Amino acid sequence: MNDVVDKNIQLENNNKQLFNICLRTSSLKNPGSIKTYQSIGGYEQIKRILKNNIDPQQLIDEIKISGLRGRGGAGFPTGVKWSFMPRDYDGTKYIVCNSDEGEPGTFKDRDIIRYNPHQLIEGMIIGAYIMNAQVGFNYIHGEIWEEYVSFEKAIEDARKAGFLGNNILGSGFDFELHAVHGYGAYICGEETALIESIEGKKGQPRYKPPFPATYGIYGKPTNVNNTETYASIPWIIEHGGQEFMNHGVPNSGGTKIFSVSGHVEKPGNYEIQLGMPFRQLLAEAGGVWKNRRLKAVIPGGPSTPVVPANIIMDATLDYDGLAQIGSSVGAGSMIVMDESTCMVQALRRLSYFFYEESCGQCTPCREGTGWVYRIVDRIFKGQATLADLDLLTDVSKKISGRTICALGDAAATPVLSFIKHFRSEFENFIKHGKSLN
Amino acid sequence: MNLKLKKLIDKELKKYPSDKKQSAVIAALAIMQNDRGWLSKEDISEVALYLDMPEIAVLEVATFYNMFDLKSVGKYKLSICTNISCMLRQADHIVNHLKEKLQIDFNEVTKDGKFCLKESECMGACGGAPLLTVNNQKMHENLNIDKVDQLLKELK
Ligand SMILES: Cc1cc2nc3c(=O)[nH]c(=O)nc-3n(C[C@H](O)[C@H](O)[C@H](O)COP(=O)(O)O)c2cc1C
Ligand code: SF4
Repeated sequence: MNDVVDKNIQLENNNKQLFNICLRTSSLKNPGSIKTYQSIGGYEQIKRILKNNIDPQQLIDEIKISGLRGRGGAGFPTGVKWSFMPRDYDGTKYIVCNSDEGEPGTFKDRDIIRYNPHQLIEGMIIGAYIMNAQVGFNYIHGEIWEEYVSFEKAIEDARKAGFLGNNILGSGFDFELHAVHGYGAYICGEETALIESIEGKKGQPRYKPPFPATYGIYGKPTNVNNTETYASIPWIIEHGGQEFMNHGVPNSGGTKIFSVSGHVEKPGNYEIQLGMPFRQLLAEAGGVWKNRRLKAVIPGGPSTPVVPANIIMDATLDYDGLAQIGSSVGAGSMIVMDESTCMVQALRRLSYFFYEESCGQCTPCREGTGWVYRIVDRIFKGQATLADLDLLTDVSKKISGRTICALGDAAATPVLSFIKHFRSEFENFIKHGKSLN
Repeated sequence: MNLKLKKLIDKELKKYPSDKKQSAVIAALAIMQNDRGWLSKEDISEVALYLDMPEIAVLEVATFYNMFDLKSVGKYKLSICTNISCMLRQADHIVNHLKEKLQIDFNEVTKDGKFCLKESECMGACGGAPLLTVNNQKMHENLNIDKVDQLLKELK
């Protein structure tokens, strides 16, 4: 009883809205142009910082107050991460923007690059100033080629306007930014694989420690952040950390883009104030398509556990809200599945993805992901026995925590969560040799 | 490798320290593939020579990254995503239609050498599912059967 009352109060007090910070130019004419960005006060923050020689520590403190957490999936506090970079290191330091989004259901960074590239660039310049880095790279997913080309142009425009290069705006501060592209390897989104890729190698993750802040590109101190993380920075510096924090809820400051795909009427990117109830976002996305009923949602991309409809319906979208229901924000890649979805088929496709994309360095991941895929495939083809379900769980648990990078854990997550919540559907499929959906 | 290609690769090399030419290998291979359609053994050797890299290191990269093709893919490579968001939006209908119409399976080239069909992983554009790319560069989103037929007509 008390639970119900509490929930109602929580929903009543909740007045979260869609609110564009990273996508704030998207409704304007020529959203991606430098002119449009400057018309809303773009590049004023870096000008102010350079003119007044603002103490980097003061800026880091502001970012800490904002509560901004890494938007690439792990949710690590950005202000804290930036303070790890050795400021007094003698020699080149690098910052990298990770636009390699390739986790199924993730497509937010593409829209930042398309519609608001200059806010990202300004965020990177501010980051470079704070961490005292001289060179930056934006590593862009190879499949979104048109965005790679348009970002190269945005860099050129920023350089012509005097925001990149040597002695920026006469301040004595130098920062050069380059766009680079991947070519079809999901693993390069992992930050140390990305660094290997920038060095011109296969994208195989490195052992950590040493972390990139001490040993990154060419062995130099390097910081990697997600596109959305960087794009949030100019707004935070302009409005103050507290204002950003206020848009979200405690422990989940600010806004976050949710990329909603799958069975909704209006798939797309929705930048929400963190803490918004799930049902509100679902309504914004037009609801479940074809007037069907909701079956399940993967809230933050396949590396976050799937949640059945009845549980997610009462959840709020923020780091704690999703943790409470056993899932997480991840990259905000929300995959919506209606009542017609066959969970065996869905898991089969996800398992194939991790098998295909494993870089092959660690035996548990290389062999385990193949095993997992073959077992789910066997179920899907009506050739499995009930014992296979336990085998599947067992193999997945043996991948988790025994690998160099988090792809291994990510591969186990869908398996364990699908079976946890939809075990009877898997059992029925095995017993009848087909979907009963 | 002609002068035009060398110029394009040189532009990429400028992004890196002069003693780190290897960093430009993905870009260089992409530039070569764009020009030739696919990467032959000779192309790999040329890139290795130009970037002062062992051939095997270039080959490693060419085989690791999925968008490189080490065999002919016809004039137009259609890479269609079948991952979960596209699957939920019935990419299988598009795939079946393409296979039937072109009379090929994944990884095959049509008899006239015009089309090749590839199954691809997530392209990071799932809001526009189902979708495909042509020759790695041009994306077509929100596909349906009519749009696919139209596209095939346009690709001369
Ligand atoms: C397999 C794998 C894939 C990843 N892909 C991405 C990605 O596409 N984009 C991204 O920003 N982070 C990705 N990450 C997380 C990065 O390693 C890194 O934590 C992140 O870029 C840090 O930025 P943030 O602190 O701003 O989130 C991935 C991690 C793993 C293990
Ligand atoms: S966990 Fe998998 S993807 Fe990550 S390093 Fe090991 S084999 Fe490679």
